[in-house]
Amino acid sequence: MATNRGFARPYWVALRYMVVATVVLGIAYPVAILGVGQLALPAQANGSVVTVDGAPVGSSLIGQSFTDADGNALPQWFQSRPSAAGYDGGASVGSNYGPENEDFIAAIEARKAAIAESDGVSEADIPVDALTTSGSGLDPHISPAYADEQVARIAQARGLDQAAVQGLVDRFVQGRDLGYLGEPTVNVLQLNVALSQLGR
Amino acid sequence: MEAWLLVAQLATLAIILAVIYRPLGDFIAWTFTSTKDLKVERGLYRVVGVDPAREQSWRAYLSSVLAFSLLGVLFVYAIQRLQAVLPYSLGLPAVPEGLSFNTAAAFVTNTNWQSYSPEVTMGYTVQIAGLAVQNFVSAGVGLAVAIALIRGFSRRSTGTLGNFWVDLTRATFRILLPLAVISSIVLIAGGVIQNFNGFTDVTTLTGGTATIPGGPVASQEAIKMVGNNGGGFFNTNSAHPFENPTPWTNLFEIVLMLAIPFSLPRAFGKMVGDNRQGYAILAAMGTLFLVSVAALTTFEIIGSGTGPQLAGGAMEGKEQRFGIAASTLFATTSTITSTGAVNSMHDSFTSLGGMMTLFNMMLGEIAPGGIGAGMYGILIIAIITVFIAGLLVGRTPEYLGKKLGPREIKLASLYILATPTLVLVGTALSFAIPAIRDDVTTTSIWNPGLHGFTEVLYAFTSAANNNGSAFAGLTANTPWFNTALGVVMLLGRFVPIVFVLALAGSLASQGRVPVTAGTLPTHRPQFVGLLLGVILIVVALTYFPVLALGPLAEGLV
Repeated sequence: MATNRGFARPYWVALRYMVVATVVLGIAYPVAILGVGQLALPAQANGSVVTVDGAPVGSSLIGQSFTDADGNALPQWFQSRPSAAGYDGGASVGSNYGPENEDFIAAIEARKAAIAESDGVSEADIPVDALTTSGSGLDPHISPAYADEQVARIAQARGLDQAAVQGLVDRFVQGRDLGYLGEPTVNVLQLNVALSQLGR
Repeated sequence: MEAWLLVAQLATLAIILAVIYRPLGDFIAWTFTSTKDLKVERGLYRVVGVDPAREQSWRAYLSSVLAFSLLGVLFVYAIQRLQAVLPYSLGLPAVPEGLSFNTAAAFVTNTNWQSYSPEVTMGYTVQIAGLAVQNFVSAGVGLAVAIALIRGFSRRSTGTLGNFWVDLTRATFRILLPLAVISSIVLIAGGVIQNFNGFTDVTTLTGGTATIPGGPVASQEAIKMVGNNGGGFFNTNSAHPFENPTPWTNLFEIVLMLAIPFSLPRAFGKMVGDNRQGYAILAAMGTLFLVSVAALTTFEIIGSGTGPQLAGGAMEGKEQRFGIAASTLFATTSTITSTGAVNSMHDSFTSLGGMMTLFNMMLGEIAPGGIGAGMYGILIIAIITVFIAGLLVGRTPEYLGKKLGPREIKLASLYILATPTLVLVGTALSFAIPAIRDDVTTTSIWNPGLHGFTEVLYAFTSAANNNGSAFAGLTANTPWFNTALGVVMLLGRFVPIVFVLALAGSLASQGRVPVTAGTLPTHRPQFVGLLLGVILIVVALTYFPVLALGPLAEGLV
């Protein structure tokens, strides 16, 4: 029986403990949770994928950009918030701009001007979420106010009745959890999927 | 409106924590006072070669803590360096030496500072078998050390504090693992992913491509919160919708961060045989927490600063589903415990709002602080408080029946000095050495001017206090920051632990001083007030000058 007093003794115990901990906590635990998730809650565990006609078009939790190949906003789609990650699901990132950063201030000015022109609204009427980037760069939501603000542009671009588009937005407004947690949201991908099926 | 939302959230949180305070606190106390080992635990002790009945002196306890943590650093370092040959590595190469050291130090010290972006650096095997293992055991170490200190108060005339391996095992497998299993499943139900799918590309409605990330996230997210670790599976941590998909998962994660730290005063009261002592500590913790969250939320609602004013609110770096109140409650919880997770970018908070997150860490993370670390932190301040009160009335200070002599006060004072020294020296060196300053200002700092100084101060405050959150604009994956922050995290964790265990040993060896008319009662509002006063004076005197150079200057000018 080895003595507990030797200098090397705790290191030998620690080494064996780390091996056991790695097997139990590092392999068995996540694999067990994987099993439960895949069997009991497969839709969530695999990323809340949204499908159209059986084909996946994204995740309801991961925001997307609705732009052309050059990154220009497509007027016929509801636009997401600005994103520091460019909605790259492989590299989430926030802008990390401080409140006085000149580049941040310039970016807000530029977004104001662009949205005022594309949506035909006054700069003062643009909601804050349309002018700021999210923490994740993958925010799947916009505020109901920003969705409302885009209705006229979309109705015009698609040749649809404005009331029909507004009705769609109203259907997709999600209130606060329990009435007081978080903020009201509109899921942009789900709204756009419904929009694409509106004319059919 | 936001103020009302905060009050409603806080009320919900308070009710949940109040409901679990007694059962969880009693369960923790029972866990560490029970003499029975479970059958599976006896098997574990045989495999690792520990006699669970053998008690350790404070020195032996400390040796075990340090040996286990050193092995942990080597394990996490090695697994990162071997990434290229491990399965489920997503084709990622070995993590470079400097970054591997920094990350190993970060996860073993319960800090979880991340100089890297996980999506492009860490494969699944490193995350689950390297990092998440430390999420459990580093929290277990913190809890064990706190229990050892409490035993210092509760035991009489003994040379031993318990057995570290037994305490670690019970903390990890009886408390943390069950909570993590349940929480993982709740999080999956809310939308947190748990798969090994890698990155999936899909064709979008516009004909473009969108990438959906995969990963065993829920299992890691749960222990990241329960264990106050805070290291995100993804770069943007709990702002990422796959880590924190909804407002209710956000509140759930906040509850997980606070559950053990806010229940520990109960375990403490129970173990020292006077529940009122626990309530006094709880009152001090709760007061600081409420004042801090109210201040941060107020600053963010006001939203001062050029950018927020121009945009119409302080929403830069915040998710739409959370808004302000759910972001500030999370940020306060994360920085006033040792978690360091973020659901919004602290770098983009208003100047004074960002200062509050910094201030929470500067409090020493004691309201309620990290798993165990918060408890031993506030007990050290309580010792200083009793000492100061004793000086005022000219009596030998005593706390919970133990005399606080020169040795105890020296150890407590050294504890108080250790962390601020690391913060201030680290920050100062970053700007004082010309070659480093050039690198820091040209490569690392993201926001120019005063805000950039705050980024560096935040990094060292976070590292020394083992928090792990960041003003994340700072590029920390440089030789200077990887090395300096790695060293600061290790010293910030283990130097205080040396003092705590030495103190515990010293207290345990004493007999019990009978309570007399001259004993300062430490369970009354008067003592809570004194304790709060001492905390604020110590923090203000230590950090006011450096805050004035950064966030105060930016926010007030």
